[in-house]
Amino acid sequence: MDPRDKAKLDRAFTELYRAHLRDVYSYAYYRVGNHHDAEDLTEQTFLQAYRHFERAQAESDGRPLRPWLIRIAHNLAANLYRDRSRRPQTSIDDTTMLSAVHTTEDLVEGRDELARIIEGIHQLPDERREALIMRFALGMDNREIARAMGKTDGATKVLLHRAIKQLEGIVTPA
Amino acid sequence: MSEAARFDIEQMLRLALTPVEPPEDLRTRVESTLQELTDAAVDELDGWELGAMRDPRNWVRPVVATAVGATAGTALVVLRVRQQRKKNAAAAHSPLDLAQRTLRAAVGEARKLARLD
Repeated sequence: MDPRDKAKLDRAFTELYRAHLRDVYSYAYYRVGNHHDAEDLTEQTFLQAYRHFERAQAESDGRPLRPWLIRIAHNLAANLYRDRSRRPQTSIDDTTMLSAVHTTEDLVEGRDELARIIEGIHQLPDERREALIMRFALGMDNREIARAMGKTDGATKVLLHRAIKQLEGIVTPA
Repeated sequence: MSEAARFDIEQMLRLALTPVEPPEDLRTRVESTLQELTDAAVDELDGWELGAMRDPRNWVRPVVATAVGATAGTALVVLRVRQQRKKNAAAAHSPLDLAQRTLRAAVGEARKLARLD
């Protein structure tokens, strides 16, 4: 590649990184459940993305690259679990996590409800949990989630609907 | 599920899954790695430009640019000298005098052009 093109590509990648660092980190944090692994996963995601950025940019045809970044994080997280053959070391519902990401006001007003929701999310199948993280932590729409998960828009809509319904069944007292 | 219940659970999900700010040291670490990669690309660019000028295949463009510039400059001098020709012809005492005046005008125009560059 012409080095001038490479320098231009690097600048575009830096912009992408700045725009989506929080998204990738949020996804990683809720996916793996602790800051240490979330940091590693985020760093690996951006390094992996850097290697394939040129092709992704060419193939994106002007569409946003956030779903592509999240898909990389999703694949790396799956590898992380496979390599270690374990679930997250820190449970997603632990109290450290609650206090780390929520304000005191949130916790005072609805700590029990929040704890139930977080515990409920943890009980969902991986695919449903991921769809909820993308929708509610990252604010992705159905199309973006579909691209990140390699599904159709219709299948994603159904997945989200079922995830919310199942979660409601878990958190609503019988 | 009622609309109200769904709205409520979606509100709770938004609260439960609040976006998480990355730690500052992660931001610094990743930015520094990316900066190193970008710097490497810039260094490569500098080296490539110098290296490229040593390759005779890359001399064509500067030579063409110089030739085009020189031709345009000459054409401008000729045009201006021609514009002054009537005045010079009227003032000249002889053909030799006219030739000398034309030559002086051409040199003068060329100098003006050189000063502009």
